Amino acid sequence: MQLVFVQFMTGLASAASLFLVASGLSIIFGVTRIVNFAHGAFYMLGAYVAYTLTERLAGAFGFWFSLVAAAAIVAVIGCLLEMVLLRRIYHAPELFQLLATFGVTLMVEDLVLLIWGPEDLVGPRAPGLAGAVEMFGKRIPSYDLFLIVLGPLVLAALWVLFHRTRWGVLVRAATHDRSMVAALGINQKWLFTGVFALGVFLAALGGALQIPRDAVNHSMDLRIIVEAFVVVVIGGLGSTTGAFVAAIIVSQLNAFGILVFPKISLVLVFIVMAIVLVVRPWGLFGKMPPPAQSTTGATVRPWRPLGRTELMIAAGVVLVVALQPLWLSDYALTVGSELLIFTLFAASLHLLMTVGGLASFGHAAYFGLGSYGAAFAVKAAGLPMLLAILAGPVLAAVGAAIVGWFAVSLTGVYFAMLTLAFSQIVWSIAFQWVSVTGGDNGILGIWPDAFAATPAAFFWVTLAFVVPALAFLQMVIFSPFGYALRATRDSELRAEAIGIDRKRTQWVAFVMAGAAAGLGGALFAFLKGSVFPDAMGIPTSVDGLVMVLLGGIETVLGPIVGALVFKALSIWLMSQTDYSKLVLGAAIVVIVLAFPKGIVGTLSDWRARFEARRAAGRAPAVAAAAAVAAVVAGGVVASVVDQAGPSRDTASQEAQP
Amino acid sequence: MTRLLEVQSLSKSYAGVQAVRDVSFGLDRGEILALIGPNGAGKSTCFNMLNGQIRPDAGDISIDGEPTVGKPPRAVWRMGVGRTFQITATFASMTVRENVQVALLSHVHALRRFWGSAAKDAAEADRLLALVGMAQYAGRAAAELAYGDLKRLELAIALANRPKLLLMDEPTAGMAPKERIELMRLTAEIARREGIGVLFTEHDMDVVFEHADRMMVLSRGALIAEGPPAEVRRDPEVQAIYLGEGLVYDARHQDAAGVASKGAH
Repeated sequence: MQLVFVQFMTGLASAASLFLVASGLSIIFGVTRIVNFAHGAFYMLGAYVAYTLTERLAGAFGFWFSLVAAAAIVAVIGCLLEMVLLRRIYHAPELFQLLATFGVTLMVEDLVLLIWGPEDLVGPRAPGLAGAVEMFGKRIPSYDLFLIVLGPLVLAALWVLFHRTRWGVLVRAATHDRSMVAALGINQKWLFTGVFALGVFLAALGGALQIPRDAVNHSMDLRIIVEAFVVVVIGGLGSTTGAFVAAIIVSQLNAFGILVFPKISLVLVFIVMAIVLVVRPWGLFGKMPPPAQSTTGATVRPWRPLGRTELMIAAGVVLVVALQPLWLSDYALTVGSELLIFTLFAASLHLLMTVGGLASFGHAAYFGLGSYGAAFAVKAAGLPMLLAILAGPVLAAVGAAIVGWFAVSLTGVYFAMLTLAFSQIVWSIAFQWVSVTGGDNGILGIWPDAFAATPAAFFWVTLAFVVPALAFLQMVIFSPFGYALRATRDSELRAEAIGIDRKRTQWVAFVMAGAAAGLGGALFAFLKGSVFPDAMGIPTSVDGLVMVLLGGIETVLGPIVGALVFKALSIWLMSQTDYSKLVLGAAIVVIVLAFPKGIVGTLSDWRARFEARRAAGRAPAVAAAAAVAAVVAGGVVASVVDQAGPSRDTASQEAQP
Repeated sequence: MTRLLEVQSLSKSYAGVQAVRDVSFGLDRGEILALIGPNGAGKSTCFNMLNGQIRPDAGDISIDGEPTVGKPPRAVWRMGVGRTFQITATFASMTVRENVQVALLSHVHALRRFWGSAAKDAAEADRLLALVGMAQYAGRAAAELAYGDLKRLELAIALANRPKLLLMDEPTAGMAPKERIELMRLTAEIARREGIGVLFTEHDMDVVFEHADRMMVLSRGALIAEGPPAEVRRDPEVQAIYLGEGLVYDARHQDAAGVASKGAH
């Protein structure tokens, strides 16, 4: 009983920080519609800055002042970020802001490493609250009690701010209808900046308040951002009360999960989130969102299938790629196989995201299921490589069929979060069901059959699977089914009114995308010779999103180009610099600012301008330009990587039996 | 022979507000029926119940004798109903032609195919577009269209279903006066030639009086008058509630005919 009480109090204390972060995230989303991925980074910065300030400023006043000052400093950084970066991309296609803030997160991770070093930093105890209070025969840290009281106080303060001040009322109005508030003559720009600053302040304060409890480290951003997303979704987007209640629920689940369900402790919150989303799709305190202000399609020219010239160029590109083993080194070919696999992964996500309008935040689950499917087929059933590669997509499709059945009831951010929840569930099954999956140790020894043992041969095998799969996905986009899928994305109302079953159509697309990702995963297992839970982790899902957005959402060839550029860039950077995240993050931010339509979208714009000038005759299609650019990029990277030799990171995975 | 559309004591309330109460009417093949009434009278709610968007609290609807209550919009479409929306709903990222092609593919149950190109039947799509005067826009993205053109596109989409029944919610809103008359003339012509029943709502009384065979007036969810336009517009209750404009029409047209108007003061 006493243990239960202690856990309960610890849970409540943890809820305070989580609530601060989640409410900030929720407020920012409510007004600006930005899913601020960098929110965890601000939380981490708050903790680091607070640590530094408390080191310099002595005494009780120094400590408390440091916490608030740290939050204020980070809020100013947030303001600058909003003005320099986000303001320019509010009108970019949906999710582009997510890409930008993800880039910022990557940069902050390396900046923190540069400034504060890799060691965990232990902050001072809170002056006056260093002791403990005896309750029910157990000693509860006074600082925890302080946090427990602080949570409701902040909630009350936010309530007063939003209901009793002019600024707060405007913010709430903007949450409901941005354009109306603008029409009333309110300067939206500063309203957005103010809201963003408030959200960042709350996140940074949440981080700063943690320093007497936990060591400050450079992985705290991702941990908190995932939990904060979960809290916001359970509570209902835009609801601070919801965030408060959900923060308590999530913290208690974390506190008791280890005691009660040690086997599934990692996944408990995600199971709860999935249940909430299925039962109450807009969260406990959320209201049904107003119809999304869809900008999809407004910015692009209508798609058309590849023409004859473009098909010939595509065939030429495939031929050139197929000839690469004649001169590239083994290492470069291994990298090449990986690039090919990720073009398929990105293209499968693209089918859902761009064609279907459903941005999955957990697409890696099906990639991972594909890997494990292949691994099981080899280890348990003793199947030869080619059959095992087909077992991957089967397992992935089964998983996608189950998840998709629930997920397609939701749309937009809620769809994204439910898919994220399911991918975490799948991940933790792989991680915690050690007897079957090997847990963290993975499954080793998934090597190709003898005929495909050389990197060159495996490159060809990969190509032989990836190219038809990509061609199939292309065909689907322009098939009757593809049209139905786009129809459900553009207007559910109209689609249903002309006889299209939205849910069924999207479910089929979900399964198809899952199977295609699974094929990629199965190939990946044989490429690496092993399978680890990481393959289905959040970072892999995020990589997929970045690839699609980078290539150009709302373009047909975007995912292929995006995957090649992103994957090649990250592999190359890892071999070149210790601060690859900083460079990669900066590159993403620059690309977002300079090419908000993605690489292919921008090329296609240039082409349109070029054509408009020439008026007559068709210039070589964007397909050609994009494909050539991709091949050049891939080739350059491959050759550079070649000279650089195997990187630290990939060298270990290189060893063949 | 059963009537094309039969509506029996249809009712719907939202949170205690009776949006539609005990509405009954019928519609024959080839007949053009106008539903008018002030804003908030329940016209769109009626439309949404007819095509399955909203489930009525009580009442029956049948099309060709087949009940529709409880069926989703997509099933009602398959029974041969085409509709246009008060606020247009089209596929913004697709071309005008593709919008019609999707509807054509749906009509022949072909949207489940992963193979083959969806870009077939271009000739049929173009024929429908030409019919509604949109031929020159076939290759443009629907997102670029002006509002009045979107209304025409919606008509073409509805016609792609070879409908028995056409539901048009304010089909001419956002169009120039001349275009309104033309679009409804065209609709009426197609309807009479192919025996399609048309139910439409409209605020422009010129359009209603010119083309409707019959009209119904809805006020606060209840039908208060029904009959040929010439009769309904003389109804004093209808005049009091809604028909300010109708009198102007009356005066203008009857003056033109050289007949002294009884209704105009």
